[in-house]
Amino acid sequence: MSCTCNHGENADKLVPVRAVVTEIRTETPDVKTFRVVGIDGSNCFDHMPGQCAMLTVPGVGEAMFSITSSPTETEYKDFSIKRCGLLTDYLHTMEPGQEIGIRGPFGKPFPVDTVFKGKDLIFIAGGIGLAPLHSVINYCRANRDNYGKIDILYGSRSADDLVDFDEIKNEWEKEDGINVYLTIDREQEGWDGHVGFVPSYLKEIGFKPDANRIAVLCGPPIMIKFVLQGLIEMGFDKTQVYTTLELKMKCGIGKCGRCNIGSKYVCKDGPVFRCDEIDELPDEY
Amino acid sequence: MKKIEKAKLNDLLARLAEASTLYLPVRKGGKVNFAKWTKDEEYCADELKTVKSAKDVFFPQSENIVSFKRESSKITILPKELPTDRTVIFGVRACDAKSFDILDSVFMSEPADSFYTARRNSAVIITTACSTPEETCFCGVFGIDPANPGADIQTWFVGEELFWEALSEKGKALTEELSDMLSDADEKEVEDEKSRISEITKQLPLNGLSLENFGGDKTNELFDAAQWEKLSQSCIGCGTCTFVCPTCQCYDIRDYDTGNDIRRYRCWDSCMYSDFTMCAHGTNRPTQLQRFRQRFMHKLVYFPANNNGEFSCVGCGRCVSSCPISMNIAKVIKSFGGDNK
Ligand SMILES: Cc1cc2nc3c(=O)[nH]c(=O)nc-3n(C[C@H](O)[C@H](O)[C@H](O)COP(=O)(O)OP(=O)(O)OC[C@H]3O[C@@H](n4cnc5c(N)ncnc54)[C@H](O)[C@@H]3O)c2cc1C
Ligand code: SF4
Ligand code: SF4
Ligand code: FES
Repeated sequence: MSCTCNHGENADKLVPVRAVVTEIRTETPDVKTFRVVGIDGSNCFDHMPGQCAMLTVPGVGEAMFSITSSPTETEYKDFSIKRCGLLTDYLHTMEPGQEIGIRGPFGKPFPVDTVFKGKDLIFIAGGIGLAPLHSVINYCRANRDNYGKIDILYGSRSADDLVDFDEIKNEWEKEDGINVYLTIDREQEGWDGHVGFVPSYLKEIGFKPDANRIAVLCGPPIMIKFVLQGLIEMGFDKTQVYTTLELKMKCGIGKCGRCNIGSKYVCKDGPVFRCDEIDELPDEY
Repeated sequence: MKKIEKAKLNDLLARLAEASTLYLPVRKGGKVNFAKWTKDEEYCADELKTVKSAKDVFFPQSENIVSFKRESSKITILPKELPTDRTVIFGVRACDAKSFDILDSVFMSEPADSFYTARRNSAVIITTACSTPEETCFCGVFGIDPANPGADIQTWFVGEELFWEALSEKGKALTEELSDMLSDADEKEVEDEKSRISEITKQLPLNGLSLENFGGDKTNELFDAAQWEKLSQSCIGCGTCTFVCPTCQCYDIRDYDTGNDIRRYRCWDSCMYSDFTMCAHGTNRPTQLQRFRQRFMHKLVYFPANNNGEFSCVGCGRCVSSCPISMNIAKVIKSFGGDNK
């Protein structure tokens, strides 16, 4: 499906196309999910789980975001965006019907149709880190026969900071073959679930390091570090663990020179990496 | 081999400028740089190196890539039209000519940068051999020969004449267009000139640098080396080295509101700047040591890793002559044992 939104002669990868924000969902005090549709009602471009797109507000700027919807949702793209600066502040003030610019897809996706096929999958996310995993999880749910057991461990600062809470409760938790483990950092009134950081909850759960299992992590660097340590202690091999890296990006296509770690460009060789691949990179992320 | 009297060169340039946009080294504000040539301007043929490299012609210091209009909730996106006019760049040195190949492998690899590619495809590059390479030059270290500068057409100034050799199809076609102004020439004088240049090149103090300790497989060995601390100690992060460098390609993308529309422009940026990688959760290179190391590791290790061993430096020596603290890539190479002389 190619995009016909107002591109004219020059289809340079740096030039965005027109799109419209059709729905805005408030997830947490600082995260909203934006539904984006091409100006002609199309989906702008195809993507795979883990890939990202650049969103533009003319005059405000442009930034990279994970596409949080699954490619199996073919009518739109969703972005869960945390308010933390110029562009994201502006996005949070928008109303449905507002037009924006979009370009993509960027980066290498998770190997959902190859390595992940037939495997039991463990997803571990912290905070807004659920955004890229949400796409993989829903892709796996839509192609349920291709995957084994699915475990989802997700934590946030507080109950109010859990993104996609309704979907997790009403859909994911209710599905056979999916186990959801939620946790928040500190006790809170009205929360009867688990309390504690993601890495310590991981130890309590104690996933078996079966060779048929793949773990996928996304969250703040400190969480990634301790979760990875935890998995290794449990007996997982780094080749069984995938994560995504996040660095400042401008072009998205390996040319502006901004997002490299050693000889790898996170925008084009990532953002998805297998953890043993990350070990080979110089320590600069 | 063809030639033209130096006295008639201006007529030839005028002819080129009629049928194309002609860039060549001219003096502006006391500095010689590549710029659009008009009849009143003097071609600074004797200037060995322009202050900035010739990369401006294909990768301008600043250019608009798209403009926008915003009207309540609606936006309009107007991509900039691609340049198609023929461009001729005259007087390019061997090092800068080679730098185009290096920039090509960045900008023209998939997905190609259409702005760069359009300019590159519509350009004819005419090089000029360096009659007096300087002591800051070390292009030979990267396999570049200032006596045979290459590109579409290569030329030599010998005595009162300019010798002219077309190499590519584009170069031959342009030579044909100018055939009434060029006369047949003997190779002998050019061969003598080449030997003369080679003799000078052999004597250059930096031409014996060795790159054997660098290359695509050296990341782990060099990244944590103790040398970076001392090398980067005095670097003030001014970015001059990256701006004058023919192979530096980092850029920024920003929006500018003119009041009438919004222009999104792309401009040169520098990995030497402290905010280059600043993002929502901070920067991954908070120290100047890290930024300094990035620049040189990119040229001598990371770029070769991604480009079949090719280095991203052409030994033009611009960073050698322009760094305010006299730090440069030659010193970096030497400090890792590359001083072979
Ligand atoms: C691959 C990838 C995927 C991503 N996915 C998501 C996602 O799914 N959801 C999401 O919410 N985010 C995501 N991000 C992060 C997102 O791109 C950033 O949050 C966004 O760029 C912030 O833009 P902004 O204009 O709002 O912030 P900016 O205005 O750029 O500011 C961000 C922060 O940096 C500081 N800052 C900026 N420039 C400087 C400077 N020069 N000096 C000092 N401080 C400075 C600001 O003060 C602020 O705290 C992703 C990023 C990448 C690279
Ligand atoms: S020109 Fe010299 S001082 Fe300036 S950034 Fe480059 S190395 Fe540092
Ligand atoms: S690093 Fe220095 S010598 Fe090498 S190409 Fe750039 S400016 Fe020239
Ligand atoms: S964002 Fe430009 S190189 Fe990765």
